[in-house]
Amino acid sequence: MPKPFTPKVVTANALIEGDVIYLTNNGEWSRRHEDARLFTDEAAANAALAAAELQASEIVGAYLADATSGARGPEPTHFREAFRATGPSNYAHGKQVDL
Amino acid sequence: MYSYTDFDEAFVRTRVSQFRAQVERRIDGSLTEDEFKPLRLMNGLYLQLHAYMLRVAIPYGTISARQMRQLAFIADKWDKGYGHFTTRQNIQYNWPALKDVPDMLEALADVQMHAIQTSGNTIRNVTSDHFAGAAADELEDPRPYAELLRQWSTDHPEFQFLPRKFKIAVTGAEADRAVIRSHDIGLQIVEQNGETGFKVIIGGGLGRTPMIGKVVREFLPKEDLLPYCEAIVHVYNTLGRRDNKYKARIKITVHENGIDTMRDLIEARFTEIRPEFTGVDQELLAGIKAQFATPPLREGDTAAYDAAYQMDPIFRAWADTNLTAHRKADHAIVTISIKAHGKTPGDATSDQMRLMADLAEEYAHGELRISHEQNVILPHVHKGDLPAIHAALKAAGLGTANIGLASDIIACPGMDYCALATARSIPIAQEIATRVDELKIEHEVGELKIKISGCINACGHHHVGHIGILGLDRAGVENYQVTLGGDHTETAAVGTRMGPGFSADEIVPAIERLMLAYLDLRDAPEETFLQTFRRLGDAPFKAALYPESEARNAA
Ligand code: HEM
Ligand code: SF4
Repeated sequence: MPKPFTPKVVTANALIEGDVIYLTNNGEWSRRHEDARLFTDEAAANAALAAAELQASEIVGAYLADATSGARGPEPTHFREAFRATGPSNYAHGKQVDL
Repeated sequence: MYSYTDFDEAFVRTRVSQFRAQVERRIDGSLTEDEFKPLRLMNGLYLQLHAYMLRVAIPYGTISARQMRQLAFIADKWDKGYGHFTTRQNIQYNWPALKDVPDMLEALADVQMHAIQTSGNTIRNVTSDHFAGAAADELEDPRPYAELLRQWSTDHPEFQFLPRKFKIAVTGAEADRAVIRSHDIGLQIVEQNGETGFKVIIGGGLGRTPMIGKVVREFLPKEDLLPYCEAIVHVYNTLGRRDNKYKARIKITVHENGIDTMRDLIEARFTEIRPEFTGVDQELLAGIKAQFATPPLREGDTAAYDAAYQMDPIFRAWADTNLTAHRKADHAIVTISIKAHGKTPGDATSDQMRLMADLAEEYAHGELRISHEQNVILPHVHKGDLPAIHAALKAAGLGTANIGLASDIIACPGMDYCALATARSIPIAQEIATRVDELKIEHEVGELKIKISGCINACGHHHVGHIGILGLDRAGVENYQVTLGGDHTETAAVGTRMGPGFSADEIVPAIERLMLAYLDLRDAPEETFLQTFRRLGDAPFKAALYPESEARNAA
């Protein structure tokens, strides 16, 4: 039996800076996880991913990541995505500086 | 120290300008990521979790003060003011932007450094004993041979697309400080009938299938080094498993075909190609050797050292742990710890890099080394200068007296940086180091190698740590598995995996229990953790790791 679909966000790295980005409701890229569009429909998620993959001169390595809806917007469910959304734990570097 | 020839210089500059054009084409959209990725990897550029990562080779770990200063400059200008020194004598920058990388490579080329072949399925940076040319126990300086191998392997047309990456380490001493038994080829300079040559070991490796290398040649005359290595890599290139990435390393080739078959094939290929090496390599080697001459070591009394050693307990503790015997009795080898308690193992700030460069220039003939244990070394220091060096290091947060002790941990970047990671390594290392500092037990515990990897690739060498820690993902939660009894030296062994893993909260107390158990179990303070483990086996250590299940069994 195929696994039931769980909500996802489309995430990637920005081409020039390499930092983590998320596809938003209006089809743009945001550096904040909570701005991401949460896909609850599998076909829509796959279509959005396919469209994202065509933006080769802006982004790298797009994929679907598990997420759940939170108070301020989508939140990561796995610790890997939580680190991607904030930054490393040994220094206050990466996103946690600006967010 | 080796200095680039015109050929080296032109080669590196050409690569930089090629890569600059490739980056431009990637940014303007004329190259796709699929097309660009192999090109960036050929130049040491990865894409990690939060940013790009540039890996720069420090061949055989030797670096000049000027080069170290340039690494600091690069860290300030294009990164976040620090760099991460790795177990394979590289430095990694964690935050470069793609558009800046050609400039970074240009700045490296200005000091005869580069990032070529620091990634990809090719022969990687040739590593060596970080005490080479200085250690009292050394037969001969291995670095000229490492440099010869570097020149031979760089851009070698036959070996750019091997089944998998290929790593060579060389040592000139019996005490193995280069982990040669965990490399694809490990070379040790040995003596036979008054001649020096190489003991050749192949098929060592860590990763998902850890293996200790096997001797393929007990004695190889020195002038046969290149043809013999070429024969080894050729046989591997032909037989290596290209069908399965996880079986592609030479350790599997050796395992599947047997060392005797490998030896026959290698010897046959060697006989075939030997005549092609007409001696040009030996002329080259003679030139290289001249560049590795010992610097003119200073004469003078060591009164300042003796006085500080008598009077200052902090200096004495540092001298006892961080100094190694130099060939010349009034000199010492200084290992600078970049493992201050609670800091990220292997990270040095640009200010620290500059200070180390200054000290090297003032007191150590302008030369530094990077160790596979992620520390920095001043190889030739007159003992009389040690108090001044120690004072300067201490002021810069570099005076920690912990070399070889529990807080001198090797930790890979793990989930904090690495895209392949399944758990974090750095915070665990930080907590262990902080804890042993609070307890003030590490000097009593003595020599203890704790090594941590954030996934099964084993970049943190956990299999060969006395205590190895492997970070895993257990149903979306970080989990840490412990191995005991590993050894990276001439008595190399792969550690034994203990029982179930520990959560991030449980792992530090578990390591603490292991250290305390050892203090109870050892015969005498001279018996090291590893010796105690070898004498008693894992049972008492398992009991310390899992006290509850012990209690349950007893009930
Ligand atoms: C963050 C970027 C890194 C990535 C993506 C990476 C990737 C890998 C991979 C895929 C392997 C397994 C290779 C195989 O067995 O075929 C490996 C092994 C290894 N890496 Fe890394 N690594 C990284 C950083 C490091 C660092 C920072 C160190 C040193 C602290 C290091 C040292 C090693 C060593 C010593 C091995 C041993 C495996 C062997 O040769 O058998 N790597 N790495
Ligand atoms: S061991 Fe795994 S997590 Fe650590 S650096 Fe290597 S590949 Fe990354």
